[in-house]
Amino acid sequence: MAGLEDLYKEIILDHYRNPRNKGELETPPAHKAEGFNPLCGDEIVVYVDIDDDGVIQDIATGGQGCSISQSSASMMSAAVKGKSIEEALAITDGFKAMMSIHESGLESEKADTKPDLSMGDLSALKGVVKFPVRIKCAVLSWNTLLQALGDAARPS
Amino acid sequence: MSLDIAQIKADFPLLSREINGKPLIYLDSASSSQKPAAVLDAMDHYYRHSNANVNRGAYQLAVEATDALEGARAAIARFIGAPNAHEVIFTKNATEAMNLFAQSWGRSNLSEGDVVVLTEMEHHANIVPWHMLVQALGIELRWIPITDSGELDLTDLDRLIDGAKLVSVTAMSNVLGTLNPIRRIADAAHAVGAVMLTDGSQYVPHLPTDVTELGVDAMAFTGHKMLGPTGIGVLWGTTELLEAMPPFLGGGDMIMQVTKDGFTTNDLPHKFEAGTPAIAEIVGLGAAVEYLESLGMEQVREHEVSLTAYAMRTLTERFGEDLTIHGPAEPAGRGGVLSLAYKDIHPHDMSQVLDQRNVCIRAGHHCAKPLMQVMGVGATARASMYVYNDEQDVDSLADAIESADDIFGLGG
Repeated sequence: MAGLEDLYKEIILDHYRNPRNKGELETPPAHKAEGFNPLCGDEIVVYVDIDDDGVIQDIATGGQGCSISQSSASMMSAAVKGKSIEEALAITDGFKAMMSIHESGLESEKADTKPDLSMGDLSALKGVVKFPVRIKCAVLSWNTLLQALGDAARPS
Repeated sequence: MSLDIAQIKADFPLLSREINGKPLIYLDSASSSQKPAAVLDAMDHYYRHSNANVNRGAYQLAVEATDALEGARAAIARFIGAPNAHEVIFTKNATEAMNLFAQSWGRSNLSEGDVVVLTEMEHHANIVPWHMLVQALGIELRWIPITDSGELDLTDLDRLIDGAKLVSVTAMSNVLGTLNPIRRIADAAHAVGAVMLTDGSQYVPHLPTDVTELGVDAMAFTGHKMLGPTGIGVLWGTTELLEAMPPFLGGGDMIMQVTKDGFTTNDLPHKFEAGTPAIAEIVGLGAAVEYLESLGMEQVREHEVSLTAYAMRTLTERFGEDLTIHGPAEPAGRGGVLSLAYKDIHPHDMSQVLDQRNVCIRAGHHCAKPLMQVMGVGATARASMYVYNDEQDVDSLADAIESADDIFGLGG
């Protein structure tokens, strides 16, 4: 049985209590996207401000939800701030791949052959996979980021 | 005489289950109740002994199956004080019952600008079917507000229901536990010529129910919250109302005659029961109401009031201002549904922590998002009790809540 210490790691609780990049950005120039989890009511708002070179100059997140959705949003914002859209998409892919590894894969050697999992703070969220119900909490902000980046890529 | 809860608990096979060597503390009956052996046995016996389609064959099995179904219908009618068994219409669940009512009665009685009055504490099942008619017909929705203590604010009731065609109110809130003054609202609705519908999903399982005393014209409720199986619900309506309503689903069983040119509808209740019904589930629900009757609904209610009082007292004594219990403060004015907020721990995190101790509660918006918006919260952690819960379950809940401090470092 997975213990709570796999889920509520200190770094996750730190991001939960002291969320990075919390707030709003002016739209425009920033793009805003809202993500909802209809099952549990979590709501995430992501603002991205992208410069002419396609770099995420600034990012802010808002909304409300559990420690997993909120800390994941905080980590997401820290991970993609200052990155190009391409880099942000690659990080998102890596994170979502980490979230899609079956629980049994975590314990086996196969986990080592998966795509790059050395994701800094983000790897603290790996334990979420052991609590399948909470995976949607962890990926909500990332899907909302994709939405915001998609909106940004669209010609206005 | 008060109930022997230990003996009742023993009637529910699942409640003796252990997970990771520890007992199960089931406090999520407002979502779905557990089932006594009597219900499981009745369904098993039906399939092993009498399974056949109903209302059709002349052979012995078919007659037995039909008798079992109609026997259950009669038991359920008796259980809710319905004057006639044919007023009990079987549906998939309470949601389908509400949709049946909205699509059948609503589409044939409402048109653009007509008013339907709801309350801010409704479940989505009593909101979305009406939103669908707002979109389809252009009806207007009005909302009875709630007070800070989670009760209906009826100050402006007369103004709100003025000119209304329908008033639809939950008999008991699935979030706040509030027991609403259905009789008073029904009388007011009737005084302005409106039809009164109630959502009895949380009420019927827990309180003695008499639809005539409630004064309503129709009521929806579901089997799985009242010790019965999933997949079976009920719409009760007065004969007069149901006979005037057009059919909802078309198909077998609901017709009197079909030709290439059209059809005529069957009598109640068959008019609203197209296709082969959930026979085993109906039999199971019949067994559930007989089980509840054997305990006595007065005794069930008495136990739950006393347990709710114990829970509110225990949680308040142990956690003081760190813990908020939403809804009415007086146990006699509410059901055993306790929506909790503890410190700043999010309800999902709370339910995860409680799960470590096999304490099963529900975290989320409870399909009542407009209410969450009024309350200014995104979610609540809800512990809900039934006749098989006891004071020890409440103590386990309190211990588990306390353990959240260790995880979130909020101790001291």
